Amino acid sequence: MNFNYSEEQTLLKDSVSKFIHNDYDYETRKKHCAMDGGFDAATWQTFAELGWLCVPFSEEDGGIGGGALETMIMMEEFGKGLVVEPYVSTVLVAGAVLAKAGSAEQKAEILSGIIDGSRKLALAAVEPQSRFDLFDVTTQAAAEGDGYVLSGRKTMVMHGAAADTFIVSARTSGASRDQDGVSLFLVPADSAGLELQDYPTLDGHRAAELTLNGVKLPASSRVGDQGAAVAVLEAVADEASVALCAEAVGMMEKLYRETVEYSKNRKQFGVPISVFQALQHRMVDMFTLYEECKSLLLRAVMSHQAGAADFRKNVSALKYAVAVKGQKAAHEAVQIFGGMGMTDEMSVGMYLKRINVINTLFGNGDYHLKRFMSL
Amino acid sequence: MDIQLTPNDVAFRDEVRAFLQEKLSERFTKAVVGGQIDKDTIIEWQKILYEQGWIAPNWPKQYGGTGWSITQKFIFENECAEAGAPAVVPFGLKMVGPVIYSFGNDEQKARFLPDILQSNVWWCQGYSEPGAGSDLAALQTKAERDGDDYIVNGQKIWTTYAQHADWIFCLVRTDSNAKKQEGISFLLIDMKTPGIEVRKIDSIDNKHSLNEVFFDNVRVPVANRIGEENKGWTYAKYLLTHERTAIAGVAQSKKAIEQLKGIAAQEMSGGKPLLEDEMFCAKLAQIEVDLMALEYTELRAIASVADGGAPGPESSILKIRGTEIQQALSELAVEACGYYAHALGQGSLGQGIGNDYAAPVSAKYLYGRAATIYGGSNEVQKNIIAKMVLGL
Repeated sequence: MNFNYSEEQTLLKDSVSKFIHNDYDYETRKKHCAMDGGFDAATWQTFAELGWLCVPFSEEDGGIGGGALETMIMMEEFGKGLVVEPYVSTVLVAGAVLAKAGSAEQKAEILSGIIDGSRKLALAAVEPQSRFDLFDVTTQAAAEGDGYVLSGRKTMVMHGAAADTFIVSARTSGASRDQDGVSLFLVPADSAGLELQDYPTLDGHRAAELTLNGVKLPASSRVGDQGAAVAVLEAVADEASVALCAEAVGMMEKLYRETVEYSKNRKQFGVPISVFQALQHRMVDMFTLYEECKSLLLRAVMSHQAGAADFRKNVSALKYAVAVKGQKAAHEAVQIFGGMGMTDEMSVGMYLKRINVINTLFGNGDYHLKRFMSL
Repeated sequence: MDIQLTPNDVAFRDEVRAFLQEKLSERFTKAVVGGQIDKDTIIEWQKILYEQGWIAPNWPKQYGGTGWSITQKFIFENECAEAGAPAVVPFGLKMVGPVIYSFGNDEQKARFLPDILQSNVWWCQGYSEPGAGSDLAALQTKAERDGDDYIVNGQKIWTTYAQHADWIFCLVRTDSNAKKQEGISFLLIDMKTPGIEVRKIDSIDNKHSLNEVFFDNVRVPVANRIGEENKGWTYAKYLLTHERTAIAGVAQSKKAIEQLKGIAAQEMSGGKPLLEDEMFCAKLAQIEVDLMALEYTELRAIASVADGGAPGPESSILKIRGTEIQQALSELAVEACGYYAHALGQGSLGQGIGNDYAAPVSAKYLYGRAATIYGGSNEVQKNIIAKMVLGL
């Protein structure tokens, strides 16, 4: 038994880590957030050139066949840098849907575009009433001639405004909370009848609300089997949850290290505040929270690699733990930074906000604790 | 032991309720819930309280106070919070006002107190500095005598609403050689004086409440000093005890629970309202139990003062538990709002995102992180309890 990275994995970690360290400090990140679309197109192209956009795709799809471990390695580093480029939405979510369920033609056309950095997609699967149930879909896809007409509303589409194409979940049959009857469709962003409202989220990322007013689509726009999308969506959500938790774990590592550093330099009552035992114990707690989440992260990743039956249970354990422990660690960091933790000048507050958003994406702590109990 | 209000107190409560019913229009309560209350609206409400003679319940009657008993003050605060009234801005009425009537000279009282009562002048507090937070006495902003003036140089930080302020009350160092608590003076400074610069601090809640205030050779008349030179620390400590009263925020937290239940009744989870979700309700119930304990703790403290005594040791936990409960409630509100809690501002089509109630919850949650930091961080509070209550 060992938890060591292979040579290739070490290289990948070093390459992402070096990039974050040299080219992606917090000031740079702020500039990216302020750019058109909320991220830096040139940085995205750099990701493509460095080969990062192809990591999770199979060799036949043009990737390198990286697994959950490679994704974890990258996302931990992205977390430390608070990367805002749409890696999760385009590569790990939309890309994964296509890789799992897309036809050969769809994959050939779109995945190559994702990998070379020319195309961005976003999954539109959440609705105002659905909360975390991906099967709770009211958006309708009515058959019309050879194709479909889509009508409904989608919310919290990550980096929606940057997408040239959406993957939209819609009902081809059944009632709003049926497991069966949900299908996926490729919807070009410039479709007639599609209205997009773009907005910033607290973590400096962007999201969009979509309204579909009778959007006409050809039969070839459907992704995967008709009515069978829920299994695909849930599989993608589980993998993306692990990736987002890796991002959070990267942030938790950074949080405890930065808090320790700050406490050694911040002087009150004539001494560094790091000498106060009450604060020392709390920083030990932050370290412990990080190590626990890291262990659950590795557990989920290893069970995915092994195709183990308890993967979903491990995902829920991880997502619940990150929701509670990640938020706790971020609260402690803000408290120990004091007033400085309340400012946007320091990154700690941004880690707190990003951790809160991650907690909500694909199910919050309560949702996953319930799912854990049911599995 | 008797927890019932006296008939007099019941009559007083009804009088307060009738007043709020008549004067507290929806415009005020909506602004409070929406987290968008502006300077003009707050002043308008404060002037209504002034007209009623109720703007400064804690002040002695001779300076414009109400002469209420502690129980009446408690009832008033409670009723205002429960009705959703705007909170009175504390800097003039609860902070510098009491310092001026306690330690100022007659001329200062005549000059400053009426404008504070009438909300004509907006004050801010110049205490914290980059190197002086929990260790406030380490402050470095310097005031040097030059004839009838002081020349002030230095920097203050976390100055809430300095951007609105006409005046600032400041702790400044007038003797660098004395022990650190002994060389501090208390100055009142007109914000229009040349050499003062206010800079906004970008805070995590994306609102503008915090500032830095810089002093570059700012000339302040010696006549604006409160009390004696180098005795400012005594006055500041007096003020800090004022800042710590009513900090438990019981009525505000009760209001927050009511609002949270309203949100949870509308949010769907698992195909039913979140308010029917056992796990969510259990979390809310745990906080309600803590709040019930806090409410009675506060009543015990008030009862012992009403009885003519000093607040007992139980009063020391009010700030710690009060702020922890406020934070727990705001965390749960963020959770209740689901995805929409994280939307920031309007969308590109100029529409609000999600339900109206979702927009303010995150800003409140994020700003609320400061509640355990300001006014003596909870760590400092625990140090004080360890020393003063437990004798450690």
